[in-house]
Amino acid sequence: MASKPRVKVPKSAAVGDVITIKTLINHKMESGQRKDKKTGEKIPQQIIDSFVATFNGTEVVNFTPAGAISANPFFEFTMKVPAAGDLHFVWKDQKGDVFETTKSIAIG
Amino acid sequence: MDLSRRHALALGGAAVTISLIPINLAQAAAHSGKTAEAIKMFAGDADVAEGGVELTAPEIAENGNTVPIAVSADGAASILIVADGNPLPDVITLNFGELAGSSSASTRIRLAGSQNVVAIAKMADGSFKSASAAVKVTIGGCGG
Repeated sequence: MASKPRVKVPKSAAVGDVITIKTLINHKMESGQRKDKKTGEKIPQQIIDSFVATFNGTEVVNFTPAGAISANPFFEFTMKVPAAGDLHFVWKDQKGDVFETTKSIAIG
Repeated sequence: MDLSRRHALALGGAAVTISLIPINLAQAAAHSGKTAEAIKMFAGDADVAEGGVELTAPEIAENGNTVPIAVSADGAASILIVADGNPLPDVITLNFGELAGSSSASTRIRLAGSQNVVAIAKMADGSFKSASAAVKVTIGGCGG
């Protein structure tokens, strides 16, 4: 089960700055390749297969992870700062669970 | 079977030689099977040129469960990463929106064994570029 995601975002930036964003979320990312030791059957895949970051509603990045992304998925990417506002992050997994967090960026 | 010392040394020598041959995209020529399918789903029948994409991966990964990679392709709208030696080649598709500062990202991936990691970038003009990195994995990581 995933716990609260952690994101690293600068608290403030100048308009036009390119900032680096890092995100980490606890999730087993069951790849679908592991075998149950008792039955020999493959354990079904259960991964985060969607990660979307938006700023004031406009898309920054949209990633579709597959089973080969390591457990506790880590993503680092960049954003152009157009104005002050809110960075919204959403992770979705194949079970239908949704994890979200928001960080504000001030101009200054 | 009785291995004479000379025979054993010759076999050992051959094994070392084979392991020194670098796994290389150029040598592998076209991708086969699932990897080719994954690339085709992303790029269709377009020509995929080499260059214009920076893919950073360690030459040697101690732990196949978590291999750090970084990819960057100026002007790319999206990038597909595949691993040609994994049971399923798809690793991730990275789509860059209007506010992305650059068409670049870093993450950590699972590699089942030594293989090539390939990045295919779809450029804004619809063309495709690629890069690949050969990674030696000492302990594979795709499951128990």
